[in-house]
Amino acid sequence: MEMTRYLDIFIEESKEHLQSINQQAMLLEKTPGELSIVNEIFRSAHTLKGMSATMGYEDLANLTHCMENVLDAIRNNKLNVSSSVLDVLFASLDHLEAMVVEISEGGSGKRDVTATVKELEALEKGEVPQSTQAESKNKAGSLQDYDQYEKQIIIQSKEQGFHAYELSISLREDCILKAARVYMVFEVIEQIGEIIKTLPAVDMLETEQFGTHFALSILTKESAENVKERILKVSEINTVEVNDIKADQLNISSNFENEENKKIEQQEVSPEDKKSEVQQPSKKSEVQQPSNTSSSGKTIRVNIERLDQLMNLFEELVIDRGRLEEISKSLKSMELNETVERMSRVSGDLQNIILTMRMVPVEQVFNRFPRMIRGLAKDLGKKVNLEIVGAETELDRTVIDEIGDPLVHLLRNSIDHGIENPEVRSSKGKNETGTIYLRAFHSGNHVFIEIQDDGAGINKQKVLSKAIENGILTKEMSENLTDKQCFELLFASGFSTADVVSDISGRGVGLDVVKNKIESLGGSIAVDSTEGSGTIFSIQLPLTLSIMSVMLVEISREKYAIPLSSIIETAIIRKEDILSAHNQKVIDFRGKVVPLVNMKDIFEVPGSMESGQHVPVVVVRKGDKMAALVVDSFIGQQEIVLKSLGQYLTSVFAISGATILGDGQVALILDCNALIK
Amino acid sequence: MMNEEKVIIFQLKDEEYAVPVQHVKSIERMQPITRIPRTASFVKGVINLRGVVTPIIDLRSRFEIEEVSHTDTTRIIIVSVGTIEAGLIVDAANDVIDLDKEKIEPPPEVVGGVDAEYIQGVAKIEKRLLILLDLVKVLNPEKLDVQPTKESIQ
Repeated sequence: MEMTRYLDIFIEESKEHLQSINQQAMLLEKTPGELSIVNEIFRSAHTLKGMSATMGYEDLANLTHCMENVLDAIRNNKLNVSSSVLDVLFASLDHLEAMVVEISEGGSGKRDVTATVKELEALEKGEVPQSTQAESKNKAGSLQDYDQYEKQIIIQSKEQGFHAYELSISLREDCILKAARVYMVFEVIEQIGEIIKTLPAVDMLETEQFGTHFALSILTKESAENVKERILKVSEINTVEVNDIKADQLNISSNFENEENKKIEQQEVSPEDKKSEVQQPSKKSEVQQPSNTSSSGKTIRVNIERLDQLMNLFEELVIDRGRLEEISKSLKSMELNETVERMSRVSGDLQNIILTMRMVPVEQVFNRFPRMIRGLAKDLGKKVNLEIVGAETELDRTVIDEIGDPLVHLLRNSIDHGIENPEVRSSKGKNETGTIYLRAFHSGNHVFIEIQDDGAGINKQKVLSKAIENGILTKEMSENLTDKQCFELLFASGFSTADVVSDISGRGVGLDVVKNKIESLGGSIAVDSTEGSGTIFSIQLPLTLSIMSVMLVEISREKYAIPLSSIIETAIIRKEDILSAHNQKVIDFRGKVVPLVNMKDIFEVPGSMESGQHVPVVVVRKGDKMAALVVDSFIGQQEIVLKSLGQYLTSVFAISGATILGDGQVALILDCNALIK
Repeated sequence: MMNEEKVIIFQLKDEEYAVPVQHVKSIERMQPITRIPRTASFVKGVINLRGVVTPIIDLRSRFEIEEVSHTDTTRIIIVSVGTIEAGLIVDAANDVIDLDKEKIEPPPEVVGGVDAEYIQGVAKIEKRLLILLDLVKVLNPEKLDVQPTKESIQ
């Protein structure tokens, strides 16, 4: 299954979100009236829901959805934050955590959460739960889920004459040293057999993070009665229930799991293949384990911080390399020249390796979308075709890790709000199947990701009236808005145009989260739409590469670096070839009219205009637009280290950063995107 | 002794100013500055400070005191406030002293032409009058009026 490739990312992100929900929930306990905290929790829960639905962990998604409903009720003042509400929230978090842990250990993430779901639903309806006692009992009761490995052990041990029991043990209410009692119970069992699973997990038992109940699964040759008697000898134990784990029980659940898996594996497995179906249970466990081990053998996980350190050190080296090259040029010593050249080559290779270490094709994120789209389209009864273009486009790993959620949000939006139902589409004369294009491409210093659908487009009137209704805008303000400003409203906090809240999208958390996320990555997002024919979301992301190839040019006596990625060509044109159109100087560049930009004027460079017969120009582009930048001379091509201008100078026009040249001077890097509008 | 603060004293025109020593990272001699086009006039550009690109502000021009050409005593005081790091061009860096906090008085309306907004207080030590700068306000990036992008091509 392709999904395994994203499992790591999913687990990491889920852990992060759970962590943040936990922290925020603790805060909420201290300041129950603080709605901004509820919003934070809500966002994390929302993202978690989206991710787990994408990965096919239904129980996770289900539980988070219920959590979301309760949070929504709190947010809208329908429900007060009380300790009992928080108890249920924390209980759900415990479940979520356990599920994520199980998934990270190779499990299916399945868990009986119906009890908690019911409590959440009750909360949403405004009922207060009776007690936490019942809940801890529920927790202890749901030990039925065993992963493949555990099942295997149970089945094998049974064949060897062991009994498998499920013990449900409750301590006395006044028990003080719960952990110690648990330890004593463990001692007793280990004398007669083996513990294969505990609920809650062992470390939680050790730190007394449970009520009075806990459950164990054990393997032993002793009889049930015997086991019970031995455990009751430990003091402060209230009751012990011993249940046999039946083999058929395990088989049923493992079969069930297989069916689930088959559903996921699309229609490739044809129903006539009955033979393979019979063999599947054993095959599956064989296949699963080797695939895990082989992938861990090939790669090694490196902390991204270490990569950053490596990068920083290398940057220093690149600067010194430039300096060395200049020194050797001026010294004209053959031997030094050779050594420096060799060093340059080696460090060039080194640079490539370091860079590629951080670069990942965007494919890694894109590949999980087709399945998600398919599932969503089915749920909503729509026909959608996803076209992916440019999946090989590479992006920095840090960006890749972050960009997944925003894209999921946007795609969900496109399907839910954009693409119409098949009937509506055919009545409008459109193809019944809607198309969503997901494109990625490089342009200049940026990577663009576009999500375009051929759906209904954005209804401007609806957006405006909703914005007025939600208090984002006054009626007077709404009258003078341009289309663009109107679409911008979609990104405002607390905005949603969906008539019905669905679990796909449409609570208005999506788009403002998306925008924040992209901006935090140093990018931007824009939306354009034509009513009736579709919407396009365009995300611009910086290449967070810190080393890049540039063309150094001189303007008067100042040196500027133009990124090679945005240069089409350099040329020297004759004065008489410069034409004039609408007060704008233009040149004819390979049959295209390209505006001429005099850098000296734009950058207000001191010094007189040179009046030679020939004008050096650098033709740059942004998307399909071009411009010819007039400079004084070309210095040459060079690898430079991108440095920021610091926190003080954050928005300098047409400058994206600076670099330090071989002679120690600072040169500014041109941002061609700002020069071409 | 808790009431004493170490300050660096520098000169601007005829006045002496002070900044707390914990905000000062280093004092540099003048060096070539790379101009940054289309920024506020008091932003002189950036320098390469041991591998870090650091913006440089001319304090004279920041406080609207007439500019003079740089001399041998001209210094760049590298200061950092929060996440912002910048260099301040001053006429001379004179001294480091311990300043008794009790001697600091609130600023009068106008001190040596510098807007009272940027002044935390003044202190009189023997016959010297020290002006304590409020670096947070001096380095407020919002004061950078970046010019509009009128010349970009449609």
